[in-house]
Amino acid sequence: MACIEAHGLRKSFGSTKALDGVDLKVEGGRILGLIGPNGAGKSTLLNAVLGLIPYDGDLKVLGQDPWQARDRLMRDVCFIADVAVLPRWMRVWQALDYVAGVHPRFDRTKAEGFLARTQIKKKSKVRELSKGMVTQLHLALIMAIDAKLLVLDEPTLGLDLLFRKQFYDTLLNDYFDHSRTIVVTTHQVEEIQQILTDMMFINRGRIVLNCSMEDFEARYTELTVRPENAATARTLKPIGERQVLGRSVMLFDGAEREKLAALGDTRTPSIADLFVAVMTDKTGQTQGVVP
Amino acid sequence: MSMASESMPANSPPAPQSSAHPFAWSVRRELWEHRSIYIAPLVVAGLVLFGFLVRVIHLQQTMKMLGMLKPQELHLALAMPFGISAVAIGITGLIVAFFYCLGALYNERRDRSILFWKSLPVSNTTVVLSKAAIPFLVLPAALFVTITATQLIMLALGSAALAATHMDATILWSSWPLFKMSLVLIYGLVAMTLWYAPIYGWVLLVSSWARSKAILWAVLPPLGLCLAERIALDSSYLWSLLDYRLNGYLHEAFYFPPHPHGHEIGDPLALLALTPEKFLVAPGLWLGLVFGVGCLAGAVWLRRSREAI
Repeated sequence: MACIEAHGLRKSFGSTKALDGVDLKVEGGRILGLIGPNGAGKSTLLNAVLGLIPYDGDLKVLGQDPWQARDRLMRDVCFIADVAVLPRWMRVWQALDYVAGVHPRFDRTKAEGFLARTQIKKKSKVRELSKGMVTQLHLALIMAIDAKLLVLDEPTLGLDLLFRKQFYDTLLNDYFDHSRTIVVTTHQVEEIQQILTDMMFINRGRIVLNCSMEDFEARYTELTVRPENAATARTLKPIGERQVLGRSVMLFDGAEREKLAALGDTRTPSIADLFVAVMTDKTGQTQGVVP
Repeated sequence: MSMASESMPANSPPAPQSSAHPFAWSVRRELWEHRSIYIAPLVVAGLVLFGFLVRVIHLQQTMKMLGMLKPQELHLALAMPFGISAVAIGITGLIVAFFYCLGALYNERRDRSILFWKSLPVSNTTVVLSKAAIPFLVLPAALFVTITATQLIMLALGSAALAATHMDATILWSSWPLFKMSLVLIYGLVAMTLWYAPIYGWVLLVSSWARSKAILWAVLPPLGLCLAERIALDSSYLWSLLDYRLNGYLHEAFYFPPHPHGHEIGDPLALLALTPEKFLVAPGLWLGLVFGVGCLAGAVWLRRSREAI
């Protein structure tokens, strides 16, 4: 059974098609990065997966229909949707008590262990904590739940670099194992590139690109062309070209690395660069902006 | 809408720990967030006690005044502070219930914490019922305890003061027979809660629906309809309906004899007869309950699809 499986998933808000026929299959044990411009439909897709909004089409999460069975599904699914959604009036011990009281798979000792590594005091109210601490608290609660799927929607938005780094390190070292699945969206793509096993580009409600990181590394090559080879390199049809310090940097899809190596320095591109190349059409305008 | 089926669907594997009690913890959660539920009645009880204490301290004067009364009036005068304490704390409870309901399903959307609550395995039915449990169960219970405790303290204070001035304290206990009056209080609170069920239901529904200014949405549409009827049809049927809902409970649940019988002197019940037989057959009660349950069902439905504002 796939962790998430969707066929022809659609969702409209008025005349806006937020999801326009999404097909997708996420197997267990993967870390999927969902990447797209603002308004691409990322959050809508995640909200549908989490049973927060109704939708058209077929969607099964851990074999269940999320809209029909959100509360049952939430035993096996955790999410941090957006930052700072912990109720501000709540005290840390109350959050621990409450989650322990309602969640059959919550391990309180584990959560307290995570909290012990932070500066968070149990008597503090959420409103007294810094933004970074609120995220730490939320993460401590979530990681103490023995869930099969963890969904993170911009979990580190507005946090400083140290907290962001720590967030993903903790997640990877103390939480992820190959029986769990993580789906994450973020604008700081470069920060999660190393932890992903799969990536998916979404734009205007459609999936533009969907591949594993192994495929990504095998398929895409970035070439920093030596100036004399620029014309030759262009005949190999790069999918993107940009200028860095006066030199052309081209992105190739499916080209042989040995061939390219003769023209300059090759390396695996960053997801961010591929993203820009895929989302930008030949006129140089981003598709996400042009209607 | 049973809790058992919510927390233990038949087709899911047994949870590793079966200690999850979503409903009880959700109610507790409400008490954490809304401490006014018990603090407001306690504050009013404190004020009532303070007023009573002042009166007791000036006992000489008070007794002089009371001494001039006829026996029947004396009993009434002695019972009055007890009645006032119950009414004052009870009305506080109603106000707390109204404002609680107004924010119950609105605040969580406004501060976006609904995204946290919805990330936990608690059904919308459990959430709405746990919030409804505050005005329907928790508050009446809190009011009962607060009022009874307040009256007990008043009796003790009054008795001590009377004993200190070598007067007969039993007159106080016969003017306000506490045990009997606490049964009346239970009846009154239960009847009041049932009677106001459609109001609680309506306000909870508005709270789950409104995107802003929940208080206006709760109050203005009923008043607006009354006004529209008045202008369009020059009648005030809706207004009398509203008035009946707000004030009818006293007339359906109690009977106030205009001329208390002489032989019942000393019994406050002479002034206040319980009429459960009339209350329970009042169509207004049952129609109201149906409306209230409908509103709660609507609130469950809305909570499922409403997003953070």
